[in-house]
Amino acid sequence: MSRSAEPLLSVKSLFVDYVTSHGRVRAVRDVSFEVNRGEVFALVGESGCGKSTTALALMRLVPQPGHVSAGHIMFQGTNLTELSERQITLVRGKQIGMIFQNPLIALNPVYSSGWQVEEAVLLDNVSRQEAWRRAFDIMGSVKIPDREERMQSYPHELSGGMRQRVMIGMMISRAPELLIADEPTTSLDVTIQAQILDLLMDLKARNNMSLLIITHDFGIVADIADRVGVMYAGSLVEQADVFSIFESPRHPYTRLLMRALPTGTKTEGRLETIKGSVPSLTEVPAGCSFNPRCPLAQDICIQERPPEREVAPGHSVRCHFSAE
Amino acid sequence: MEDLVKLTAVEKHFPVWEGFFSRRRRYVRAVDRISMSIARGETFGLVGESGSGKTTLARLIPRLTPVTGGKLLYSGTDIARATTGQMTTIRRRMGIVFQDPSSSLNPRATVRTSIQRPLEIAHRPRLEIDSRTLETAELVNLGKELLDRYPHQLSGGQQQRASIARATILRPEFLILDEPTSSLDVSVQAQILNLLLDLQQEFGLTYLLITHNLTVVRYMCDRVGVMYLGKLVEISPVADLYKSPLHPYSVALLSASPPPSPRSRNRERVRLAGDPPSLINPPPGCRLNPRCPYAFDRCRVEEPKLVECAHGHLVACHRV
Repeated sequence: MSRSAEPLLSVKSLFVDYVTSHGRVRAVRDVSFEVNRGEVFALVGESGCGKSTTALALMRLVPQPGHVSAGHIMFQGTNLTELSERQITLVRGKQIGMIFQNPLIALNPVYSSGWQVEEAVLLDNVSRQEAWRRAFDIMGSVKIPDREERMQSYPHELSGGMRQRVMIGMMISRAPELLIADEPTTSLDVTIQAQILDLLMDLKARNNMSLLIITHDFGIVADIADRVGVMYAGSLVEQADVFSIFESPRHPYTRLLMRALPTGTKTEGRLETIKGSVPSLTEVPAGCSFNPRCPLAQDICIQERPPEREVAPGHSVRCHFSAE
Repeated sequence: MEDLVKLTAVEKHFPVWEGFFSRRRRYVRAVDRISMSIARGETFGLVGESGSGKTTLARLIPRLTPVTGGKLLYSGTDIARATTGQMTTIRRRMGIVFQDPSSSLNPRATVRTSIQRPLEIAHRPRLEIDSRTLETAELVNLGKELLDRYPHQLSGGQQQRASIARATILRPEFLILDEPTSSLDVSVQAQILNLLLDLQQEFGLTYLLITHNLTVVRYMCDRVGVMYLGKLVEISPVADLYKSPLHPYSVALLSASPPPSPRSRNRERVRLAGDPPSLINPPPGCRLNPRCPYAFDRCRVEEPKLVECAHGHLVACHRV
């Protein structure tokens, strides 16, 4: 796995706001992170933390009335936020692919799965025959058995795992350098989830593709991530390599989350819980958004939003205290 | 230890009509000759993937749907032969918590209404209903100011607490928990699991916990049953299942589960080929044989029986 010095994707100070009748609601606040070539970066957090919105913002797919209000998204030297609508459609699918949580919703129900993959391939200006041939190859590379029959099937005729494979097939058909996967295995059974994750890692290795995976499941993070970004209420609170996140988390939220995961048996003790609950985006606390629930909170946490600080090489935390 | 629930060759087959004019009748063998028991006070985990029959099995116990074969005993009473009156009494000794609280709580009723309904059906006096409801809400840490709200106004965790309050308001001895934390965030899941453990300790409850989440099973359960395509393939004390799973399906399930930490990432993986086959036409012999990496001739013709291999550890596999 080669690493060039230049990251493939560099997100700097990204802000995403929704303009509503109640005023401006900030879904993503000052989020910065990088994804290197050939790397798996996991953006993890609980409901409402802004991870999916961040992913959509990268491809300018945030639904109205949301929009990127500030920040840069540098992809291979180009600032995606400065591209026109037409230019970004050229990037989508070709250089950056995206797969979503529920393929039954994302796939077109009135076209066969084979046709949907062909349609993606046709964007590269090839003949219909060539498109079919490539689609057939892709169905093979995503390991769909009985390809000839399955290509004629409609999405509703396929199982959840198959549909996800079709979606992955569509998205890798033009060999993107970055694949964004938003909760790609959430509704799937464990054994099918394992197959899909294996497939993604295999494709990553073969095509030297980077993977940005959005998930709430720390198991998936433990399984495939190289680097992790933990989000809470719209901000990135901690970023580090996966081993550091699991073994030496520095942000109070990350630490509590790690201790809330059931890793052993009940005889080994109660699970750690976090008092209070996740704030809604319209009621994010001032200062550090985690302060009402944080065991370390002091006055400064209510008054001032903490800056993101590097506590170790490649490990940064957004907290007023460099917790030991 | 007394068996609170005892299943002997229990079957649940659903008829399906196929063909022109619905002439051909076949059966979905959702639960196919299952024998197992749940001891009083224990937490029994039932794991399996979609189509394994675990939810159907759970629904048989309170006779939400009748058994089509075999014998199901609850506290010694044969559920199939019980009268309606007997079932009403038996059902009051059970509580059910469903997976998705937003769809199992009546969206048009306040939380209070949903929680107190079992007491109303039991014709308890008004004063008792009101005080019990408050008492139970407090027991599950559901703020009383939330009682007069509607489910959509509560968070996922609060909804699940309301669901647990409803299930425990009659102070049952047995709770069926069907994926109680699957739709919840990590930190909320921890709160609910802690609550369930506290309630169990306080009231001496027996739990049947159905889930696909193996970390939750390991944490909460004393014994585990693994189901595949309507059959029980392995029953074991929880520690043994994680240390030495015997059935190839259990091995595959465990190795497919995400690791607890990145250090255990490159563990040996056993992968099952393909997708689970249909429940209408299960493969002959052992149900797993088309996908099993160890299948041999006998597996394709003869169904293996569940036999005890180690203390309390039973497997249905010809290899053992």
